[in-house]
Amino acid sequence: MSAPQLLEVIDLSVAIGATRIIKNISLEVRAGEILGLVGASGSGKSMTALGIMRLLPSTASSTGITRLNGEILSSIPESRMRAIRGRDIGMVFQEPTSALNPLMRIGDQVEETVRSHRQASVAEVQSLAREALDLVGLQGEQGALDRLPYELSGGQRQRVAIAMAMVLSPQFLIADEPTTALDVITQAQVLLLLQGLVRRRNMGMILVTHDLAVIAQLADRVAVMHQGEIVEQASTAEILRRPRNAYSAALLAASELAPKRAETGQISTPAILQVQGIVREYPRKRTSLWRAAKPFRALDGVSLTVHAGETVGLVGESGSGKSSLLRVILALERAQAGEVSLLGETFSSATGATLSRLRRSIQVVFQDPYGSFDPRWTVEQLIGEPFFLSGSPPSNVERRRKVTMVLEQVGLSATDAQRLPREFSGGERQRIAIARALITEPAVIAFDEAVSALDVLIRAQVLALLADLAERLKVAYLFVSHDLHVIRAIADRVYVMQQGRIVEEGPAAAVFNSPRHAYTQALVAASPKLPVLN
Amino acid sequence: MISAARNPSLGAGALITGLFIAVAALAQVWTPYDPRILSIADKLRPPSAQHWFGTDQLGRDVLSMIMVGAQTSVGVALLSVLIGVCVGVPLGLLGAARRGATDEIVMRGNDLIFAFPALLLAILITAVFGPGAINAIIAIGIFNIPVFARVTRAGALQQWTKDYTLAARVSGKDPLRISWEHILPNLLGLLLVQGTIQFSLGVIAEAGLSYVGLSAQPPTPSWGRMLNEAQTLTALAPYLALFPGFAVLLFVLGLNLLGEGLRRRAGPPA
Repeated sequence: MSAPQLLEVIDLSVAIGATRIIKNISLEVRAGEILGLVGASGSGKSMTALGIMRLLPSTASSTGITRLNGEILSSIPESRMRAIRGRDIGMVFQEPTSALNPLMRIGDQVEETVRSHRQASVAEVQSLAREALDLVGLQGEQGALDRLPYELSGGQRQRVAIAMAMVLSPQFLIADEPTTALDVITQAQVLLLLQGLVRRRNMGMILVTHDLAVIAQLADRVAVMHQGEIVEQASTAEILRRPRNAYSAALLAASELAPKRAETGQISTPAILQVQGIVREYPRKRTSLWRAAKPFRALDGVSLTVHAGETVGLVGESGSGKSSLLRVILALERAQAGEVSLLGETFSSATGATLSRLRRSIQVVFQDPYGSFDPRWTVEQLIGEPFFLSGSPPSNVERRRKVTMVLEQVGLSATDAQRLPREFSGGERQRIAIARALITEPAVIAFDEAVSALDVLIRAQVLALLADLAERLKVAYLFVSHDLHVIRAIADRVYVMQQGRIVEEGPAAAVFNSPRHAYTQALVAASPKLPVLN
Repeated sequence: MISAARNPSLGAGALITGLFIAVAALAQVWTPYDPRILSIADKLRPPSAQHWFGTDQLGRDVLSMIMVGAQTSVGVALLSVLIGVCVGVPLGLLGAARRGATDEIVMRGNDLIFAFPALLLAILITAVFGPGAINAIIAIGIFNIPVFARVTRAGALQQWTKDYTLAARVSGKDPLRISWEHILPNLLGLLLVQGTIQFSLGVIAEAGLSYVGLSAQPPTPSWGRMLNEAQTLTALAPYLALFPGFAVLLFVLGLNLLGEGLRRRAGPPA
């Protein structure tokens, strides 16, 4: 228990102009320990990490003391700090794609870190780089050093970034959302890798994340940040069992999305959306002058059904074809084979008035709360846009009345109608998007990763709103997400998608508790969970 | 709101551009002397209290000629930008909205115009319609079309990646309607900046065409022809070339500053 303090942060404050974004925070990390730094976006997590590394933007000013192994980092000259970065403290960022230079071989990139810190022979540098890449599990491939970033998958790139951070065997590692951009299975592998490195080498690590489940799996201690302050700091087990601070309690409660109560019995309502044998192919770039390239098959005979009033989840990793399927279902793209029918009528090949009439029965909410709205339109104009579908647009009074009604249904007020989208937060914007979907009184609403961009607390609120609306309006949902927790919390029935095919379907509880297909099993096993505590 | 202090090019550009446009407007109703009236007795007077910018080899007041020349310059450049906007912007929107073959035809057509020498076109138009300011407007206008088509298409393609275009399609709107209702309003800033830049290029092009005699014909004064006529007299009366030369320089500088200022204000901080 008496391991020495490796990193100490005392009274760190960061201000940009007159705004204090980090207020007097203090942290300690021992050797061999992982400290989880958790909080909503904008709470100052990343700024803390950058503050320790003295990599803050030039407009920011900071005060406080940072000590690594007794050496005060906060007051040494920049040249000395440069030597410490990379050699004594390694850093891994969220986005592996932008952290690597796309034109440099990965071997050179890892070697560069060595060369900027150490005079060493070419052979020595190369062997260090090779060792580092071995360490992160990129060995085996002959010539791994010679590959370029675009030849690697997202997970492999993040491994390269970790190798760059680890090549000089630093005593300390700061990982800022290292797995947020990765899919579930890769995330599990990278987390395991980081944990193993810290334990074996007796390093210290700060893991910055918004995901309490990741913290629960990895961290020994947790610091909860809220509006630039650390509101609670305790061991992981303690925070998960008995959070003392109200904010950490709320964060924990929001992260523990309770599985939806299993619906009993068979669904007796009629099927309103039927998708049958959809095949969608995209042309690939020609590689030969003589024959066309074999097209890429994004959807390979996909069938699914949504019954009235039911919430159906569609799970799959990025690239599994979820978004393509959604576009086909919404009749935004035409499939090469198969049919979508809505309320018993063919939707996928409908045209003209029939298409407009059917479109009213299916609406959609997109992922990005910032890109989903024309920035120049008022909320009333945006929400009223689907009125275009009705042959005779309603009068202004009628229109205003309906917009007010849906705004109130999603928990906003009538006065919001004249405001512009940029005046709203991300969560409020998703509410506006939901209001826009409700205005035509559709039978089914599709959600494309609709809560993925939201913070944990907001996400829980939006999910509660959706559950409430489903109950009151008897509207069916087709909920597409890569996040098993979310699907589990909202869906009655689940489809699991892999490489353009549905590999498993069934009631949510059954699929997640006893998955049958190997891929579903891997997904369930890899997705980080909060331990069930009593 | 960015203050004038943090965006000095916007203020300076607007001031200079405004000055030239005001002078052009003023020349419509008043000039110190009538630039069409010759007065051989007063020829080649250097700048003085009576003739601020002096007189030319035919005794015309240079200041008055420059004021009327500003009219020609502003008129030709403005109308040619309008031609470019009215034809190029819809083409760009169409290409981005339809993609595929339509896009290909529109953009390759643009490439064709780009590859065509402007001077050759101006000469061709002169051969058909005879020389004149209209000739310059059409020639410069045609070369503005591909510029606006490309800028619009690039901006529109970027807007098309945003989810709000999908939301509009789910609302049953077809791509051309979405282009008009959503995409075009979001490109106005971009087009305003490009319009200013094309305006300044238009001023230079007009000066160039009138220098070779393909724009406004005598007796209407134009900066390019004034430069041409001053060429033979540089040793005798250098101010004859200096004043119209500076007029072109200052106007173009003002427009470029205005364009840069607008760009800075519209776009993310560069």
